[in-house]
Amino acid sequence: MLDYPVGVAIKEIINENSNVKTFVLDAQLDAKPGQFIMVWIPRIDEKPFSLSKISGDIAITVQKKGKATEKMHEMRAGEVLGIRGPYGNGFDAGKARSACIVAGGIGAAPLVPLAEALQNPEFILGARTKNDLLFEERLKKCSELYITTDDGSAGEKGFNTQVLERLLGEGEKFDAVFCCGPEPMMRRVFEICESHKIPLQASLERFMKCGGLGICGQCSVNGIRVCADGPVFGNEMLKKMLEFGNSARLKTGRKVPLKEYAEWRQK
Amino acid sequence: MLEVDLCNLRLKNPTILASGILGVSRELLQRVSDSGAGAATIKSITLNPREGHHNPTIIGFEAGIMNAVGYSNAGIEEAKKEFADLSGIKIPIIASIVAEKPEEFALLAGEIDSLHQFSAIELPLSCPHTPGFGLLAGQGTPEATSAITNAVREKTRLPIFVKLSPNVPGIGELAKSAEKAGASAITAVNTLGPGMLIDINSRKPVLDFKCGGISGPALRPVAVRCVYDVYESVKIPIIGVGGILTGRDAIEMILAGATAIGIGSGIYYRGMNIFAQVCREMEMWMKKNKVKSLEEIRGQAHA
Repeated sequence: MLDYPVGVAIKEIINENSNVKTFVLDAQLDAKPGQFIMVWIPRIDEKPFSLSKISGDIAITVQKKGKATEKMHEMRAGEVLGIRGPYGNGFDAGKARSACIVAGGIGAAPLVPLAEALQNPEFILGARTKNDLLFEERLKKCSELYITTDDGSAGEKGFNTQVLERLLGEGEKFDAVFCCGPEPMMRRVFEICESHKIPLQASLERFMKCGGLGICGQCSVNGIRVCADGPVFGNEMLKKMLEFGNSARLKTGRKVPLKEYAEWRQK
Repeated sequence: MLEVDLCNLRLKNPTILASGILGVSRELLQRVSDSGAGAATIKSITLNPREGHHNPTIIGFEAGIMNAVGYSNAGIEEAKKEFADLSGIKIPIIASIVAEKPEEFALLAGEIDSLHQFSAIELPLSCPHTPGFGLLAGQGTPEATSAITNAVREKTRLPIFVKLSPNVPGIGELAKSAEKAGASAITAVNTLGPGMLIDINSRKPVLDFKCGGISGPALRPVAVRCVYDVYESVKIPIIGVGGILTGRDAIEMILAGATAIGIGSGIYYRGMNIFAQVCREMEMWMKKNKVKSLEEIRGQAHA
């Protein structure tokens, strides 16, 4: 097994918005939507990123927050990042016929290749403002796209979860819901899916060390490892994960409220 | 058939989760227990919280795993909350503590003892990649090993397992100094090295700490030799750790003289089920070879 980072060149950098860039890498992987790779920024850090493009050269989409991603945003095509993976279970798109995908902010990254793999799913793309919306053009081509922004600068004003509730209230029948985004949003999606008895697949994020090897325990949520047992979890697992939407572990391993964890992740 | 007595702890089988792997929460210990382990060791705790080294901290290479985690942990106060009630876990749980000075080891041992949740205390005096601790702090000498073991012995009546490094000139002598100072068992061994991997495209060492301890298959023959040497030097039991992936590897360790065996990196190769798998493979070998208990074959490679 080869589970150490191997340097690959950045082939192309796409500016998605003022704070988000997509890095197309000179690498091809046999991966599923929802799987992630560990990305090494030499001498700086190593972090998990889900794949935002899988066919052909792979890509990751990176929001600038904290030292490592700031460094990545300074990098240019031709420079080298190390990658290992893919890791994790990924989404199971198998049986979905009428799927709904709920994306919040940078959480849209793993959901775009999923939407492209499904048959014209409904896609609810939420962001804080118009500027924060991601992948609008790609999504228009493969899905029935709904847009929400917190401030109403694009699409509907409010949260993506409100659209999900409304569609269900109007009698839409989804046989699968997929989501990725801020954890309070995903918790809400989970509650909605539970009350409508819809199978959900939610992709979780936690700070990782061994990242995919499943041995350090750092990313565990109630004893369930996000890197090796997930990162995508269904309703039954989510029910067991009492920390989901509530708490997460810092680099020391200390468990803190989700808000404190989110603030730390901005550093 | 696989039951062992380790310092008066009754283990249903000899497999023990090694320290540093998964043992960060009560729930993960529970899961390891549910997976069939005979006992489990927590990830080492220090007096104060530590973030450890920057990532990359753990990587897999062709022959094993290399890590420089650097003792990240939430500190003793958080550990007291996390492990406040282990009563639901039906296997013995071993605490692991590390510190920079004998007095700090003693303080931590006292805290662990007063929790009444742990069955033993392990002292890794052998980490090869964390400044202030283990080998980089000179804890791998007979004098330091003796001083630390003594200091802990004064604070607790729990069994003390002293975990040794393979990277020393005479591991037998080191084990003797631990035994003399009051150690109840020897855990052999910690990771090998440190080693280094360099990415040829970025031309930089891969681990952020540049070097790290080697575990997994690359370590196994070294660990077997260390257990063999320690068995010739001391009377106290030995927990053999290092690259055990199969029942065959576990039997090999017992033949070298181990009473119990640690499993860590093996989880990377075979998943959480490795404990049950190793046990089943040991039983199959024992039945085929008409061996009724591990006692019968312990140290037989020395005959």
